Amino acid sequence: MSGVADHGGGWNGDRAATEARGAARTVNASLVTGGVLVATVILTALLSFLWTPHDPVHNDSGARLLDAGSPGHWLGTDKFGRDVASQLMAGARITLLVGVVAVGIAAVVGTPLGILAGMARRGVGEFLMRVNDLVLAFPALLLAIMFGAVFGAGTLTAMVAIGIATIPNFARIARGGTLQVLSHDYVQAARAAGRRPVGIALRHVLPNISGLVTVQCSVSFAIAILAEAALSFLGFGTRPPTPSWGRMLQESQELLFSAPALALWPGLAIALAVLGFNLLGDGLRDRLDPRLAERRT
Amino acid sequence: MASRILRKGLIFLVSLVSASVVVFAFMAVLPGDPARVALGTNATPEAVARLHEEYGTDRPALVQYWDWVSGLAVGDFGRSYVTGVQIGPQILDRFQVTLWLVLSAMVVALLIALPLGIAAAMRHRRLSGTLLSGLSQVGVAVPNFLVGIMLITLFSVHLRWLPSGGWTPPAEDPWGFAQRLLLPAVSLGLVQGAILTRYVRSAILDVLREDFLRTARAKGLRPHQALLRHGLRNAAIPVVTVLALQLATLLVGAVVIERVFVIPGLGSLLLDGVGDRDLLLVQGVVMVLVLAVLLINFVVDVLYTVLDPRIRTAAP
Repeated sequence: MSGVADHGGGWNGDRAATEARGAARTVNASLVTGGVLVATVILTALLSFLWTPHDPVHNDSGARLLDAGSPGHWLGTDKFGRDVASQLMAGARITLLVGVVAVGIAAVVGTPLGILAGMARRGVGEFLMRVNDLVLAFPALLLAIMFGAVFGAGTLTAMVAIGIATIPNFARIARGGTLQVLSHDYVQAARAAGRRPVGIALRHVLPNISGLVTVQCSVSFAIAILAEAALSFLGFGTRPPTPSWGRMLQESQELLFSAPALALWPGLAIALAVLGFNLLGDGLRDRLDPRLAERRT
Repeated sequence: MASRILRKGLIFLVSLVSASVVVFAFMAVLPGDPARVALGTNATPEAVARLHEEYGTDRPALVQYWDWVSGLAVGDFGRSYVTGVQIGPQILDRFQVTLWLVLSAMVVALLIALPLGIAAAMRHRRLSGTLLSGLSQVGVAVPNFLVGIMLITLFSVHLRWLPSGGWTPPAEDPWGFAQRLLLPAVSLGLVQGAILTRYVRSAILDVLREDFLRTARAKGLRPHQALLRHGLRNAAIPVVTVLALQLATLLVGAVVIERVFVIPGLGSLLLDGVGDRDLLLVQGVVMVLVLAVLLINFVVDVLYTVLDPRIRTAAP
């Protein structure tokens, strides 16, 4: 997909200055909005360990399907009488857990692979990228369903499947960045001075592509949240009774006719979390490379 | 250029074969013996052995793989271990349903992305353009199944205008077909449209910076005239590429939407197969989806080579 982002536009100094100023404005908006949303999700998850209004998995047969705003239940209760607000708070934990593990797997495996593909001899690099393309043929959702079928559905299989499916994105980004870094004179100098490839990778390549990788982490986090929600919705993600936003949505679907608001809260939570990580990624990208600010896709 | 395409074709074939090995190996490690699953927990060892022989699952893995993959090459997916039904026709049947859904979702995505993306690019640096970009950001963040649920709530539960799910073949009842297709297609297409909007905006912005567009403006054309006459065609290549790649995303994304709207497509078949532990069926559906993804990528790659003069004339 390099064709989309790589087109060099006509660029003259005067205009560039104006656009850079404009970019700085959007940077802050994306970065701040994204940062606030992400921080809210993280704080909510942390808070849920210490305190939730009610026990999120406690079934209260006397308080089923209460409306939002009911005394003691701000967002109402579900069909088992569980407090929706408490479930949402506890659900943030699973969302973050899945994101951290999936993105962790993808970044820790994909980044070194990409650097290797960029630095290795042409044949080896080419082969690695072909394997990468092969993994890309198994989208996260499909891979997670296969994993669920083989190892049994659950949070762990979902996280690992999403992580593996995301490896190619990191490998691609890392390889592109590596090739760019390698073309610089100082790397040639380091090579000429006899520095070993591992040294070059750790000292020159990794620090220089860390920005790219960070941005990819944020964007992949958003994708992981969406994938986990879809999987839990399909019954291939987090198992009951552990609260998960995707499963809350699934449970709400049968009650659309009687309690449509039940779908609203988890849906809103997912959308805001994804929006937060996407905006944070955009903001970081602009901050790290102002030239890219205009060609975001 | 011919050698370039040939090379891509070769890579495609190798990827396809590798993918089939991965899918087969994956399903082969599945805990739980399909014969035991089919016969239940009380089956005698003799009965299990007999069924193994009937399925051919007592043979070495390599032979089984060859059997499966050589069947695939001629469209024979084998018989389901659970229902005994031929899998190939079943997949074909369900694929048609999913294809309707995916293609109409793509139309929805285009109807959203083209006007919004162009408008956002033309109003670049103005409040309305920023708002449009923000809107597409929000659209990207909403899961498609949530859109589906909200549409059902609005149009089926409250307004009672459209059915909340189900499927009618187009030949049987065109009106009922269209009614049942509309909500799922919009659910699937809306989010994709939001993503596509960002690519359209970016492609148009790139074109707007090109010298030939400045020349067109210098000749006295108004911005939208210049864009219509000279810009759109040039912005089309990246957009068409993304659109084709989105086709693959839509195919897999349809799994969730089919579940929301109870549509008997490929996704439902896959989920049912997993639920029934119908190995061969799951293997077949996964393989079809992976083939579709690989094929789409291959075609896009080739088209790109043919269409883009910079790649066309470059040395292989």
